[in-house]
Amino acid sequence: MNDFYTILTASLVAINCALMGGFLMMRKMVMIGDAISHAVLPGIFMAYYISGSTASLPILAGAAFSGILATLMIEWFTKKARLQSDAAIGVSYTLLFAIGIILISKWGQNADLDQQCVLYGEIEQISFWLQPIAFGIVLPKQTVILLAVAVLLIGAVIWGYKGLFITTFDPDFALSTGVAVTFWHYFLMSGVSLTTVVSFESVGAILVIAFLSGPPAIAYLLTEDFKKMLILACLVGILCSIGGYYAAKWLDVSVAGAISTFIGLVFMVVFIGTSLVKRKVDVIST
Amino acid sequence: MKQPPIIEVHNLTVLYGRKPALWNIDFDLPEKQVIGIMGPNGSGKSTLLKSIMGVVTPTSGFTKVYDQSLNNVRDRVSYVPQRQDIDWDFPASVWEIVAMGRYQKRGLFKKLTTEDQDIITDSLEKVNMLGYAKRQISQLSGGQQQRVFLARAIAQQGDLFLMDEPFAGVDIATEEMIISLLKDMKEAGKTLVIVHHDLHTAQSYFDHLVLLNTRLIASGPTEEVFTDQILTDTYGGKLTTISKISQELENKEFPIRHK
Repeated sequence: MNDFYTILTASLVAINCALMGGFLMMRKMVMIGDAISHAVLPGIFMAYYISGSTASLPILAGAAFSGILATLMIEWFTKKARLQSDAAIGVSYTLLFAIGIILISKWGQNADLDQQCVLYGEIEQISFWLQPIAFGIVLPKQTVILLAVAVLLIGAVIWGYKGLFITTFDPDFALSTGVAVTFWHYFLMSGVSLTTVVSFESVGAILVIAFLSGPPAIAYLLTEDFKKMLILACLVGILCSIGGYYAAKWLDVSVAGAISTFIGLVFMVVFIGTSLVKRKVDVIST
Repeated sequence: MKQPPIIEVHNLTVLYGRKPALWNIDFDLPEKQVIGIMGPNGSGKSTLLKSIMGVVTPTSGFTKVYDQSLNNVRDRVSYVPQRQDIDWDFPASVWEIVAMGRYQKRGLFKKLTTEDQDIITDSLEKVNMLGYAKRQISQLSGGQQQRVFLARAIAQQGDLFLMDEPFAGVDIATEEMIISLLKDMKEAGKTLVIVHHDLHTAQSYFDHLVLLNTRLIASGPTEEVFTDQILTDTYGGKLTTISKISQELENKEFPIRHK
């Protein structure tokens, strides 16, 4: 059953990240996810310091707060200081992440709160947190939260598909027809913050970034239909979770690391495969 | 009685940082004409269209469309952004892009009706792209991309069209197609405002010209403002090009008024 819980948890993170990552990739903003997943650190520490516990709710609230602070900082640096967006992302999140590290290294020794946990997560130990849900079903606590977020995100993407689609493809045109482009931007950013914040606790920041960027990029190589791309990205994420998990078992290494590596390898294989097919088509057509 | 202007621009200034893109622009545009907006690179042509469409917020001044704020008449105005501003590798089909022209009327949360689908089909037919409806946009040529953008604007069913460089980088067939389309639209009572680059074709394409170089140089009927003096004022240092063109025009015996 341990295998099942770990794979289920990783797959839910994969679905959440693939949905958000698909839109972020087409907006050339994937690194925002990277930024948020690191920038949550000071918020987590402050929440721990104030509430005095590592319970999920205050920690999530603290993480969400600094996640939103990071998006606002990035927005402010690009709009007001007219900084390049990648530079704005780099400046904001390294600053917040570094503050978090300083806070933890100074006052966090006694807590079970360390940089390791934030970066690599503790997906191997997910089944320590098992609790009964309903109808005799037992699930780890984080898995339940991830499941709720997945349902919420799938609903939000279906509900807001046209708004997200038009503002991603052509924001100027969208604005000219009266679409509230800013609303859709923050709608997506809220989804991204929520995803990274609930995911990092179970799988760590590195796997969140790998899931945000890898599966959508792989799906992008395989299809030219955006809806299919989103669904395919979810499937690729799930397959990589399964493959990566068993690879980790087999090699006796970190699960998060193995899944991330697995995603990278799948990308390479698909990239080489699609370029070979393209070359063949080119040869035939000429 | 004099026709009320369809677009009014009042003391419009747009600054990017400290650098002005447009400086104190003031003019009116007449209805039911083909209007060209011309000027050298970086003269603020695109910024002008974007300000009228509310995509760029002016630093000072204001614009009116149909004697009202744009928000009240948005459904009558179509905007065709510059083709190069978009990522054409986006995974989407021609049909999906043209369907965006119907989002405004139908709202973002309702399904498109059969009426919408007929309008999309019709719009694609008008630009000879119906056979490409299911094509991925990444497989289109520059001219075909431009046609898709025009189809999207036609699907909006507005009366006023603002187009940013629709002739840039398109093949001759597409250019001719766009010209005949513009003529049909003008006959149907539409107003067309077009950012344009090519001085050679300006006289034959446009009824009215706006000449820009950060400041407004001239705005008026083509035969009144397409003069050596005004073109020199607009294009400044690039005199060689200008004199070459006026030379060419004189050789073809185009009527140019010398002041």
